[in-house]
Amino acid sequence: MMRSILERLRGWEGLLLAILIVVVLFNTFSTPHYLQVQNQINLFQLHIEKIIVALIMTFIIINAEIDLTVGSVMGLAGCVMAYLFEKGTPFEVCILAGLLTGVLAGAINGFMVSYAGLTSLIVTLAGLIGYRGLARVLLENRSIGNFPDWFDRLGQQPLVGPIPLALIIFFVLLIIALIILQWSGAGRHIYVIGNSSEVARYSGVNVRRVKMILFVVSGFIAALSGLLLAARLGSMRGDTATGTELEVITMVVLGGVSIFGGTGSMFGVLLSMLIILNLRNGMGLLDITGEIQTGVIGVLLILSVLGPNIGRGIRDAWSRRRRVQHIHVGEVENRKEDNL
Amino acid sequence: MEQLRRYFRPEQLRELSLVFLIVLIFLFFGTQIEGYFSPRIFNRVTSDVAIMAVVAIGETLCLLTRNYDLSVGSVVGLTAFFTGKLLSFYPDTTMPIVAISFAIGLGAALGLLNGALVAYGRVPSLIVTLGTMAIYRSIIVAFPAGTKNVVTHELPEWILDLGRTNLFSIGGFNIKPLVAVGLVMVVVFQLVISYLRFGRRLYAVGSNPEAARISGLPSQRMVLLAFIMSGAIAGLGGFMFLTRYGDLTPAAAQGMELMVIAAAVVGGVSTNGGSGTMIGALLGAMMINLLQQSLLRWLVISNFWVSALLGLLILVSVTIDAVIINRMRDIWARRDLKSNQGDEKKMIKEKGKA
Repeated sequence: MMRSILERLRGWEGLLLAILIVVVLFNTFSTPHYLQVQNQINLFQLHIEKIIVALIMTFIIINAEIDLTVGSVMGLAGCVMAYLFEKGTPFEVCILAGLLTGVLAGAINGFMVSYAGLTSLIVTLAGLIGYRGLARVLLENRSIGNFPDWFDRLGQQPLVGPIPLALIIFFVLLIIALIILQWSGAGRHIYVIGNSSEVARYSGVNVRRVKMILFVVSGFIAALSGLLLAARLGSMRGDTATGTELEVITMVVLGGVSIFGGTGSMFGVLLSMLIILNLRNGMGLLDITGEIQTGVIGVLLILSVLGPNIGRGIRDAWSRRRRVQHIHVGEVENRKEDNL
Repeated sequence: MEQLRRYFRPEQLRELSLVFLIVLIFLFFGTQIEGYFSPRIFNRVTSDVAIMAVVAIGETLCLLTRNYDLSVGSVVGLTAFFTGKLLSFYPDTTMPIVAISFAIGLGAALGLLNGALVAYGRVPSLIVTLGTMAIYRSIIVAFPAGTKNVVTHELPEWILDLGRTNLFSIGGFNIKPLVAVGLVMVVVFQLVISYLRFGRRLYAVGSNPEAARISGLPSQRMVLLAFIMSGAIAGLGGFMFLTRYGDLTPAAAQGMELMVIAAAVVGGVSTNGGSGTMIGALLGAMMINLLQQSLLRWLVISNFWVSALLGLLILVSVTIDAVIINRMRDIWARRDLKSNQGDEKKMIKEKGKA
């Protein structure tokens, strides 16, 4: 156990941890409000929907697929709920319908990817545009709010001590995700499929079913986060949660998950979530606007893949040079022997 | 039959059916919407198609090499915004040619950054352009000087005239400079990718990167060039965007990358690299814009249906590609192989006789 932790720290996760420590230290010294409990809760609460979705996105990207629809499904689920609520449906049914919408959207994505055999990037690009379109069809340009009090309270006020419901959901899902991905057979299957779906298929893994399940779960989790977002904001519009997918993917990729699948871990993604949240929080406390925060995270995203590549390039160049020197020395010695 | 097969490719069938569909949509809405065949709608659709098609050309160059350029929306926005700022700061001294070269040069520089990171930094294009999409957009927001927006009355007259004047008109149907530029670009780049060595190499790199590298093609340079050209073309698109709209906010052309990729995909450009044409991308752009503008005016359903239908359209066209076009391509390739083998046998026989 100790050894494996040390090995992890020497790799990608160690780098992320170092970055996280730098960010936290910087924030602590730059603003006195940073370390207060309320700010720490806020830091999670402001982006809670994204980090919940990032958990399932980790599975999908490790599985060598991508789900661009999450932002649109969040919006659509919230809009279905709001639309039915406006029509006078009992609120519990509205919530259920919202969640079912997510499952259905995920099932459509999953079917097109795993059974029709289409590229997930294009299928979910179509979904990104299409589901968002449906959300707008439902609400047009209205904004629907005035949800029941208990619903708003769940989203906006703490449930246990200072901790709100969404944060509890996140931690529960995080633990489940960690167990499934890192310590279960199903998790191994996901890695194997990500490395090579051919190999997985020949070794008896039901690749199609795994992919299908992942997309359905992704739709469900996205819908759940959409409803949490509706509760936190207190109202829904047709364009709520637009662009969430990009930030979620950024979190996962920064966490060391290869966009080609097969590598990465939940620990890395957790660290990268913390980095992004703390970075945004720190920049927010320094009055830096949202678009520029996104730009900074864009830089971080590119550097996170470029850095190790450059490192590897330099190492390769060094070892090549050393080999050349060896050969050179060898040749000289050979020649000496010839002369003798 | 054999003769027919030689002159007729699955891609052409696809393009022909797209043309057929576009005509069908056109005729259908003609019966539904009053004054649909009026010059006003024609002029609006053609201007929008021109901008989207030009940007789609650059995107197609990247897609051909099996790379994505998600930053084009931000590049269009950034070049339009900064060219607009340049013109409103120096309205009297900036010549048209300077403004256009500024836009193209700026776009090329942004594309160079993308391309260098993808080709030489070996970072996947999805990640690079996802990052630069955010970065380029935040550069517009961070721009400090004066008001945050580009406004029409600060721009010099000639740039607004460029959006308004007509090159020539046939019975009220005006061909604007924008449209002419769009058409010329599509034709030129179609010729480039079909006949020039550069173009054929793009296909080679995209359809099998490993084989292209082993057979000695400069893959990295090809990818770099594709991104630079995509950036430069998006820069030109940005200039066209400026002349078309005049008023710009920092959010200008946001989300355009998705529409452009959608146009290319509907037009039959594969996201797996190595297949697709510029004519196809143009047809895709035409189809999407025609649907958008028509649904806006069709009173039967709410115009919010546009993007829902667009999503469905993309899904249907990739499914058709996967099911029908790919199968046809297989049949064609197999027959080609057979007839080639036949030719070889004949040659061997003839050699034997000699």
